[in-house]
Amino acid sequence: MAATGGWETVIGLETHVQLRTRSKMFCGCSAVFGARPNTNVCPVCLGLPGALPVPNEQGLKLATRAALALGCTVHARSIFARKNYFYPDLPKGYQISQFESPLATEGSLSYLSPDRGLATATIERLHIEEDAGKSLHDRFPKHTAVDLNRCGVPLIEIVTGPDFRSAPEARAYLLTLKQVLEYAGISDCDMEKGSLRVDANVSVRRVGEAALGTKTEVKNINSFAYVEKALLVERDRQVALLESGGSVVQQTMLYDSKSNEVRPQRRKEESHDYRYFPDPDLPPLVLRPEFIAEQHAQLPELPARKRERFVAEYALSVTDAAVLTAERAVAEYYEKVAGAGADPKAAANWVMGEVLADAKDHGERLRVQPGALAQLIALVKGGIVSHQAAKRVFAELAERGGEPRTVAEALGLVQVADSGVLAGWVSDVLGAHTAEVGRYKGGEVKLLQFFVGQVMKASRGKADPKLTQRLLEERLAS
Amino acid sequence: MSDTSDALANARAAADRIIKAKRLNACLTPPKELRSSLLRQAQTVHPSGVLYGMPVAIKDNICTLEFTTTCGSKILEGYRSPYEATAISKLKAAGALIAGKTNCDEFAMGSSTEHSAYGRAVHPTDKARVPGGSSGGSAALVAAGVVPAALGSETGGSVRQPASFCGVVGIKPTYGRVSRSGLVAFGSSLDQIGVLGRSVHDAARVLSVISGRDPKDATCEDRDSLRLPTVPESLQGFVIGIPKEYFPADLDAGVRRASDRALRLLKELGAAVREVSLPHTAYAVPTYYIIAPAEASSNLARYDGARYGPRFDGSLDVRAMYRRTRGEGFGAEVRRRILVGTYVLSSGYYDAYYRKAQQMRALIAQDFRNVFDRGVDLLFTPTTPTPAFKAGEKTADPVAMYLSDAFTVTANLAGLPAVSLPLGRIKGLSIGGQFIGQAFLEDEMLEAAYALERVVAAGDEV
Repeated sequence: MAATGGWETVIGLETHVQLRTRSKMFCGCSAVFGARPNTNVCPVCLGLPGALPVPNEQGLKLATRAALALGCTVHARSIFARKNYFYPDLPKGYQISQFESPLATEGSLSYLSPDRGLATATIERLHIEEDAGKSLHDRFPKHTAVDLNRCGVPLIEIVTGPDFRSAPEARAYLLTLKQVLEYAGISDCDMEKGSLRVDANVSVRRVGEAALGTKTEVKNINSFAYVEKALLVERDRQVALLESGGSVVQQTMLYDSKSNEVRPQRRKEESHDYRYFPDPDLPPLVLRPEFIAEQHAQLPELPARKRERFVAEYALSVTDAAVLTAERAVAEYYEKVAGAGADPKAAANWVMGEVLADAKDHGERLRVQPGALAQLIALVKGGIVSHQAAKRVFAELAERGGEPRTVAEALGLVQVADSGVLAGWVSDVLGAHTAEVGRYKGGEVKLLQFFVGQVMKASRGKADPKLTQRLLEERLAS
Repeated sequence: MSDTSDALANARAAADRIIKAKRLNACLTPPKELRSSLLRQAQTVHPSGVLYGMPVAIKDNICTLEFTTTCGSKILEGYRSPYEATAISKLKAAGALIAGKTNCDEFAMGSSTEHSAYGRAVHPTDKARVPGGSSGGSAALVAAGVVPAALGSETGGSVRQPASFCGVVGIKPTYGRVSRSGLVAFGSSLDQIGVLGRSVHDAARVLSVISGRDPKDATCEDRDSLRLPTVPESLQGFVIGIPKEYFPADLDAGVRRASDRALRLLKELGAAVREVSLPHTAYAVPTYYIIAPAEASSNLARYDGARYGPRFDGSLDVRAMYRRTRGEGFGAEVRRRILVGTYVLSSGYYDAYYRKAQQMRALIAQDFRNVFDRGVDLLFTPTTPTPAFKAGEKTADPVAMYLSDAFTVTANLAGLPAVSLPLGRIKGLSIGGQFIGQAFLEDEMLEAAYALERVVAAGDEV
């Protein structure tokens, strides 16, 4: 809930997202994750004397698209600034970022709050920056190793207002943000690879209080699983502190996922005066209106809009539409199945059921061609294969492909609707279960399903269940 | 095509001259290394280039593959760049020979080439005096006839001032005319590679080669290389502005005499000479000494001993390493500017210093635009307030040293092209005058310089 024992939590998030570019933000080096340490480097990202940054066009495009996807005002003129601090994994002694004039401001993102239903987070600013390298403290005893592959990788930082009232709400926003950015092809948003990182500003106040409490910044939340945990731990820490008469100190807290605790960052590590100033190596970033319009045109239909359209166009429930639109590839797949003539509701059930289950076990690949699935759905509707048999056909299509009808026939799964053949199985079943026949005739009519089941078993699933039921009723009534 | 014998002969002769000029302490490259490199270059140099076989000495803050790049600093002792500056690639493509690295004030911070970790460079005609700075080594080598041209760099006059002191030509192009890629940054919004030459023509043809667009520098303009102007018959039609702020009452008498003579000559050449005012000139030096150190404090943060250059290990922790490396690796003047720059960018002081300085910089640039908008083509001023001063004369008084840049920093703050050329001598010491041109109109500026150079008799006492 939003409040615990009269306390309300207030959270704002700063999310760093790695843009999906092939090369780094200010040089031509590969931005790919996982290369051998210090192999994706050049004079520019190593900060060698005399080397100069040149902005990556694709990075600018993706950042602009992100801003537009989040409803931000994209500024025609923004300024790259230097954020100065000393650290061994920061080879220039400063990070290129944006400060006074960011790329975009004043956006918003609607998300489904577990507490309040549909809610809107304000996006205060979105700016471009370069990543720093990585310090590895556990690689060599008593030494710190530095990997500069990540240095200069393009990031955007997305800053919300203090808009979230609980940890689950913050998490819900984050998942929605991830969804939007993945949809628009801006980032792969993989927290484990560090392509999405989140810092949270957390404070608490008495319910009804208008002023914000003193906040802390929680860092080092490096997986989606820990977002809620970290925020709850910090919320609890602050509430306990205040209830025991203490006060919250504005500081940076590091989350430790192993112990599920937060600890203050050492004083020396923070208290930076970053001495931001405009980077004289980079002229003001001027985006022509046509450039911005082009990026707008490149945006796909975003999940919220798509969800609404699925409800209207395919008469789906909001919940089903939400599941189908959660990932862009799945939504597009669903539309192809429905577009190939399948009944939209049946198609939805198939995609949410068999298709997603199969994808989950096979590296998120959607293995059955949408056209084939549409044909399979038509076979079920036409009574050619039973629903149960169709699942086996689906599994075969997933493994080996092929044409649904041919596959069903090859597997011997085409339903038998020949009343002569069915009558034979019905006679066999009734002859073998005379006791049950007696009980049925004595009024225990629910045994009909038992007989249907036995016929299905005898036919190894091939009997048309509706026809079988009718034949059984006729025979048992005589 | 000619064989490489011309280039080889040039290379040998240049090596001999450089070694003979050792007393100037103008060249930092060891003689043996220089000779063997020059001979090697001469054998592989492109024979069809416009600078075929021409030895060009390079200020030691421009990255070269052939030689170390130390910026006159201990903190880059022995540093070899794995890449070369765009200007160097262009010189080589034009057939020039890279004739060693020249002494300079550490990281180009200074006006006398006394602030070099490798000893002071000496004035070519008076060993008690400084050659100017920070490109003092380049100026001294050209003045001594060792090389016909050399690259220098300017942040606040570091090409023109030593050119003036040594009696050679120095061109500072428009900001964005020459790629800064490979020029070790000092004040990035002010830095430009410039050229020192025996004559306007020598300097201009080198500038023409190194100018032009470069995808490696986002501040380099997307323009073709500079076209060389022809020597004009007269300066008929030129309107030359004389900013009164550059002729204060206490101007050195010799400098005034030399400038007055040059003005008479300009009129005789047919130019219309008009007094103008650049009212914010007095603020240029303080403005410059906020912006340049601010940028320097950030640009020089990378020299921390972690990745290259010597490491003065404190072995306690990484902060101790930074402190010792930077404390011992940088000289006093560089440390002073890093401190000043850090201070003016600090929160609480940014608005009072850095932001104010940026506003003043815009006003200084506007002063120039106002004058040019009123029909003035070029400005003419003395390059420096005095001739070359004595070594040690100003090292104890940084502000006195900074004031020797008073007439040059304005062109850097406004991003404008300027050329200094010798006007004459006072007691054997050369006096320089400069034309300041409009942005990217170097050709017009060079025409005026050609015309004046032809008539000025720069070797004469004035």
